[in-house]
Amino acid sequence: MIKTSYVSRTIAELKPSGIRRFFDLAANLEGVVSLGVGEPDFVTSWAVREAAINSLEEGYTSYTANAGLFELRSEISKYMEKQFHVSYRPEDQIIVTVGASQALDITLRTILNPGEEVIVVEPCFVAYAPLVTMAGGIPVTVQTSKDDDFKLTPEQLEAAITPKTKAVLICSPNNPTGTQLEQAELVMLADIVKKHDLLVISDEIYAELAYDEVFTSFAAIDGMMERTIVINGFSKGFAMTGWRLGFVCAPKEISEAMLKLHQYAMMCAPTMAQHAALEALKHGMQDVEEMRRSYRRRRNYIVKSFNDIGLDCHKPGGAFYAFPSIEKTGMTSMEFAERLLKEELVAVVPGDVFGESGEGHIRCSYASSMEHLQEALKRMERFMKNHS
Amino acid sequence: MHLNEEELEVLRIIENNSRIDLKDLAKMTELSEADIEVTLKKLEDMRVIVRYLTVINWAKVDEYHGVTAMIDVKVTPKRGVGFDEVAKRIYRFKEVESVYLMSGAYDLSVIVEGRSMNEVASFVSEKLSTLDSVISTTTHFIMKKYKHDGTIFDQTEEDKRIVVSP
Ligand SMILES: Cc1ncc(COP(=O)(O)O)c(C=O)c1O
Repeated sequence: MIKTSYVSRTIAELKPSGIRRFFDLAANLEGVVSLGVGEPDFVTSWAVREAAINSLEEGYTSYTANAGLFELRSEISKYMEKQFHVSYRPEDQIIVTVGASQALDITLRTILNPGEEVIVVEPCFVAYAPLVTMAGGIPVTVQTSKDDDFKLTPEQLEAAITPKTKAVLICSPNNPTGTQLEQAELVMLADIVKKHDLLVISDEIYAELAYDEVFTSFAAIDGMMERTIVINGFSKGFAMTGWRLGFVCAPKEISEAMLKLHQYAMMCAPTMAQHAALEALKHGMQDVEEMRRSYRRRRNYIVKSFNDIGLDCHKPGGAFYAFPSIEKTGMTSMEFAERLLKEELVAVVPGDVFGESGEGHIRCSYASSMEHLQEALKRMERFMKNHS
Repeated sequence: MHLNEEELEVLRIIENNSRIDLKDLAKMTELSEADIEVTLKKLEDMRVIVRYLTVINWAKVDEYHGVTAMIDVKVTPKRGVGFDEVAKRIYRFKEVESVYLMSGAYDLSVIVEGRSMNEVASFVSEKLSTLDSVISTTTHFIMKKYKHDGTIFDQTEEDKRIVVSP
């Protein structure tokens, strides 16, 4: 009998993601219409794929600079300036990463001393709290409320701050709620952040998918540039999830420290994907615009349809998720999602996997064809009738 | 003529699916069904929306016998009316699918459909090249259609994503 575990206590104690369990349930059924997919339904544009193929033909198969191709960092710098009015030097403030995921990882591992706290705003992307834990920090979760459209209020932020707080991790537009924070709201949060000398880690991976209000980067708020780490990437807006390419922009002191970690742990992001991303930034903005329009239509469609069938749904400003309330049915999110899957073969994600405050809701991704959405709605309407 | 954002959005949607349900179109654009009807009527009256067509891949149908040719036509324009008059003389033939005025080496691009190459050939020699203003014609027969009006004929891309993901 083995007495000692070969797995570290930190990892052993991590909870497996609730999404995984749901995937296992859904993957074993035939004829499922899925609203559970957290990625674009578009295939990466041909021009971008072609650029990657060309880079292979040309023999670009070696490492790049640790921070990524200089040309790509220059394009990212121009892109950030043009889209979000924030200026980062390609020389020492931008690192190309393996998705926003790795950007989050190296950010947290770079800034945290053991035992320091990061405020994590729930409901949120499932990786945040585990990433904080694995970086030796302590995630302090704040539960936003449906009554505030799942927006972090200044009072909530203030109340969560302790002497050990190092940073606040915020995602807007949000996964899973789709909520987008407005500029005025960012300003109020920024005042508190400045007062307590904290950092903001701003996950802006859905920045390109804002449908009603112009997206404002946290770094663009007065006085926030020097205390904001911007996480972004190509997965969502450019429909490039499988390429695994993201980037992080930060004040020089932090990005130089991050680069140390990145060069030891990763060397560099995949070269082929970097060439693809370069093409996407240079000539792909028209495609982004068309995809944004297409998601917006589907958002309008799904939100109106949910409300019509008795699923109360606030209209989310961005990303590609609707987060309707299922409280009326008297079921928990997990019950609702499991029964909907069993009875009608529609996959959604129970809201509580994104944090306690997601209970009573389900995440429905509308990154799916109109035909799929229509079919899902038909089945959900029947389900709601059978359970009212 | 200037269109507003709602009108443009309706056009963008129906351009790819003119059979879309009015209810769904209303939901997607956040307009009422009545407003959509008014908008469509207006666009039709202005002949911005000209006709609702179906893209058919006839090559899959055994009963279909037909050929398509693209003909480059050089003409002498007429004083006062330019190319419009000769274009009109050409597009009125029922065999003619499309007529475009072109920049470059020739003037009009004419697309003709017939039941056989012979039929197209006699149309060109008897009807088209005998017109007074026509100087010369070059006929290209289409061998295979891969993509037509933005639609790839052979495409059946399945969804390659995993069913549930973060
Ligand atoms: C909020 C959020 N952040 C980060 C990621 C990870 O993105 P990437 O593919 O760039 O690693 C996701 C993906 O679902 C996400 O939803």
